[in-house]
Amino acid sequence: MTSLFTLDPITLAAILGMGAATFACRAGGYWLFRQIKPTPFIRSMLNYIPGTLFVSFVVPAVVAGGWQPAAGAAGTLVAMIATRSLVWAMIAGTGAAWIVWGLK
Amino acid sequence: MTTTPIIFTTAGFRRGVRHSLPLLLALTPYGVVFGIIAQGKGLSLLEAALMSGWVFGGSAQLVALGIWTHPAPILSATIAALVVNLRSALMGPVLSPWLDRLRGWPLATSLFLLVDNNWAMGVKDMNSGGRDAAYLVGIGVPLWLQWVSLTIVGHAMGEVLRPPPGHPIFFTALAVFVAMLANMWKGVADLMPWAIAACVAVATAHLMPGTFWHIVAGALAGSLAGALRDMRQA
Repeated sequence: MTSLFTLDPITLAAILGMGAATFACRAGGYWLFRQIKPTPFIRSMLNYIPGTLFVSFVVPAVVAGGWQPAAGAAGTLVAMIATRSLVWAMIAGTGAAWIVWGLK
Repeated sequence: MTTTPIIFTTAGFRRGVRHSLPLLLALTPYGVVFGIIAQGKGLSLLEAALMSGWVFGGSAQLVALGIWTHPAPILSATIAALVVNLRSALMGPVLSPWLDRLRGWPLATSLFLLVDNNWAMGVKDMNSGGRDAAYLVGIGVPLWLQWVSLTIVGHAMGEVLRPPPGHPIFFTALAVFVAMLANMWKGVADLMPWAIAACVAVATAHLMPGTFWHIVAGALAGSLAGALRDMRQA
């Protein structure tokens, strides 16, 4: 049982590592690409990373999770395309997943 | 380019704060969901708030929680944050007309708080002649305060509701990424890199279950394939 103010040293190390990595990207990228111009290849590759990364997160989860995430993902996608609103997409997707969850 | 000097003033900061208000509303559910999931994954309130305050990157934090284990996956979480935020390496240089004029804390804070939202707004302001670089931090500070507060609110909600594992609320993290994907789709050019990412990720997840390598492998394979294709066409 963890209390609200538990601070596990290993969890702390993971958090510190994540923050350092994030700052390294934000500040290190600024520093590095001010000295050397990113090649078109690097630029193109980095621009593809967010999309391919989220695909790599979502698709295996849907494949492993079956109907619930599949219905949720479909609901999210439809709502996002229809409304262009992250809030409505989250609500619709979670709602769709909830309905499948209720059916089980 | 303009010859007016770049400044960093309270007025610029205040202007950023005013412009951040509509964003705060739109991001509310995102922060609460992160807090609920963090609670569900066994992070304490303090740990969840520390993560939000120190990392300040919703996507990286949600991906990390997706692969969270006990004891915490130090290396995996760090590499996940690195890969998720790699693209922001290209964001800072775009703002160099502003950032090159800053030193010390204004520069460090501007870079620490640099996320998609204030970056896009900063670029727009800079290109339309804005010269007060404090605008970035002015948007960033309310976003940071809100992100940390909502993490605490979400964690408290999770503590009260205690959703069981497999509860649809945990799907919301996935929904965030699906929604972002719908926004990121720029046309058929994305199809091949995304398809390769999906195949490589599914295969890697099958070969190395319970790790996060499928995310790294899929993202690198897909973006590499896309960049190689673009180079051949250029």
